[in-house]
Amino acid sequence: MVRVTLDNISKFFGKVRAVVDLNLEIDDGEFVAFLGPSGCGKTTTLLMVAGIYRPSRGRILFDNEDVTDLPPKDRNIGMVFQSYALYPHMSVYDNIAFPLKLKKEPQREIDKKVREIARLLRIDELLDRKPAQLSGGQKQRVALGRALVKEPDVLLLDEPLSNLDAQLRILMRAEIKRLQKELRITTIYVTHDQVEAMTMADRIAVMNKGRLQQYADPQTLYNKPANIFVASFIGSPPMNLIEGELEAPDDNSVFFVSSGIKLKLPNVPPNVAKDGQREVVLGVRPEDLQMVGPGDADKEETLEGSIYVVEPLGKEFLINVQVGDHVLKMLVPADGMPEAGQRIRIRPNFSKIHLFDKKSQKALL
Amino acid sequence: MAKKIRRWILPLLFLTPLFIMIGLAWVSPLALTVYLGFTDLSIRNFLAFIQDFFTDKVSLTLDNFRRIFTAEDPNIPLTLKVTVLYVVSVLAINAFYALVLSLAIAFFVRNEVLSMILRITWLLPRITPGIIYALMWIWFIDPRNGLLNDMLRLMGVPEDLLPDSWLLRTPYSQLLMIMINGYVGASFGMIVYTAAIKSIPTDLINASYVDGANEFQAARRVIIPLLKWPMLFVTAWQTLSLLSSYEYILMVWGAGSGQGYGIARSAGVMVWSLYSYSKAFAEYLYGYASALSLILVIIGIVLIVLYFKIFGFRRMMEPSKVEV
Ligand SMILES: Nc1ncnc2c1ncn2[C@@H]1O[C@H](COP(=O)(O)OP(=O)(O)O)[C@@H](O)[C@H]1O
Ligand SMILES: [Mg+2]
Repeated sequence: MVRVTLDNISKFFGKVRAVVDLNLEIDDGEFVAFLGPSGCGKTTTLLMVAGIYRPSRGRILFDNEDVTDLPPKDRNIGMVFQSYALYPHMSVYDNIAFPLKLKKEPQREIDKKVREIARLLRIDELLDRKPAQLSGGQKQRVALGRALVKEPDVLLLDEPLSNLDAQLRILMRAEIKRLQKELRITTIYVTHDQVEAMTMADRIAVMNKGRLQQYADPQTLYNKPANIFVASFIGSPPMNLIEGELEAPDDNSVFFVSSGIKLKLPNVPPNVAKDGQREVVLGVRPEDLQMVGPGDADKEETLEGSIYVVEPLGKEFLINVQVGDHVLKMLVPADGMPEAGQRIRIRPNFSKIHLFDKKSQKALL
Repeated sequence: MAKKIRRWILPLLFLTPLFIMIGLAWVSPLALTVYLGFTDLSIRNFLAFIQDFFTDKVSLTLDNFRRIFTAEDPNIPLTLKVTVLYVVSVLAINAFYALVLSLAIAFFVRNEVLSMILRITWLLPRITPGIIYALMWIWFIDPRNGLLNDMLRLMGVPEDLLPDSWLLRTPYSQLLMIMINGYVGASFGMIVYTAAIKSIPTDLINASYVDGANEFQAARRVIIPLLKWPMLFVTAWQTLSLLSSYEYILMVWGAGSGQGYGIARSAGVMVWSLYSYSKAFAEYLYGYASALSLILVIIGIVLIVLYFKIFGFRRMMEPSKVEV
């Protein structure tokens, strides 16, 4: 097990800047997720850690050893590819044994380890089959077995669950997490699915367009997104983001103004509004909006709108509310049946609102 | 019933040209070869024979085959030996060496320009008109004016190993035969193999690196096993085409003069198909030539069956040849 350090690495393919100036440290035994939309450079980063790609710039360290120029075979890594990449001409047994055979381990040792890992992953019944005879979930386990059998220092997983059906995905999610905690292997898990990242990882590196957006634990990412991209990417249903301006008419009140919206923000210090005016994006999560009665709150701290559509989610309703020119989503407990067209008054939970600078996209609070 | 017929009409319509082609280009010549192989058709009884074609007046005989199998024809043993040498050696170049070459071009050599140059040098003979290709070899190997001996001298080959004639001295002429046909034939395998190698998913090769393989291990343990189908295809295809191809030997060594054999026989490059050709078009022994050809066809069929047996016919018929 090692600590992995990405020291300012970049990877360019001709004009394509796949990864730019990435700095990241993954602690010994930590489970880190790379999260971002497709094409943001996750796989490229993983392949650099694996040693398949050489970074165009920067260094990669395992503990204190510079491995930037080491070929994959000298890094002791295990990797599960998105396509699983099982060798089609080898049986499951031979697939799993392949890394050990290359290490020239004695036959008896190989046999013992293969059977052990197969039992751990519950694929011991499948050892004689060819990959073509396996289901997606089984292939996935075999790929995991092949990655784990050589007891790697670092485990790299590239969207390992994306080819599985929803149910199996939830099952494997828990299993991979348990396995990782049990084996305590430093793990990098690539995914574009924020739920996967949030539920499994100790820390999440959110990436976009080759750049790191934020690197934090799931709770921080959710509660304190560093910029608009992270705010919009994390959370389902996604955060409401409204473009507008901050106005500070006097020294102790700040208003958020947008077309058809004027909302007093009691928790925001007036100095955030700079010279009394500033272009911002206001972010409120659907669960941080609530319906209020006419006399329940300061009118300036509420918004009035009409229900646009109601989406029942079982234990909650997701209500789309038309406020001014905007449609906001809010989650409310599923009691009563709100009707489309009904006029309601809503109030944000002001301790949980987010403000971002429109130009820099960065969080202001 | 009508429905069933209707379902077949369209496929049949599309397949008809193919069936016609197969009938004209393959079935009828084969039938003719079989028929003529059992007759004594030659230039001497040609006109009479034409009139009696496929009637009882033609006497069917096993004479041709007796002459071949009992080696009553004194040229048969040497021809057989040369043919085996020719097919096996050129096949080694076209199927095996082409594989090594393709691995180099499509896998080991990362430099696109170098890879392209290599590709083109091996494609050149294929795109050169055959007669020009043959002429270039004839000039190239000329002991006095050609470049070959000079090049070999430069490379330090001792003088007494250099032949005074590449065309006539036996081991050299046979080596030449192998080189000429190997060089022009390797590009076929190369194209098939490089396409197959390129179609292997990168992930699979990367996986082998992560698993601890170096490039040679990746080639040997992952890439080559995945090329089983293309290898069988190239081998089978090239075996058949080598058994029946004599055109470059004919162009370089000639067939006409020299009692109808050119210098091919004395140079030790008389392969079976060329012998059959010479019998037919230099000696005008059509019946005998057909018998020779028929044997070649049978050998070809037997070899194909053998290949299929070795590689496993059923698995080959499965979809997706370079599996993912
Ligand atoms: N081998 C390559 N050659 C050229 N461009 C590449 C290569 N690999 C990836 N890219 C580009 O780099 C960017 C990041 O790709 P990738 O790391 O695969 O994204 P992700 O895994 O996050 O979906 C994409 O724009 C992709 O087109
Ligand atoms: Mg990817």
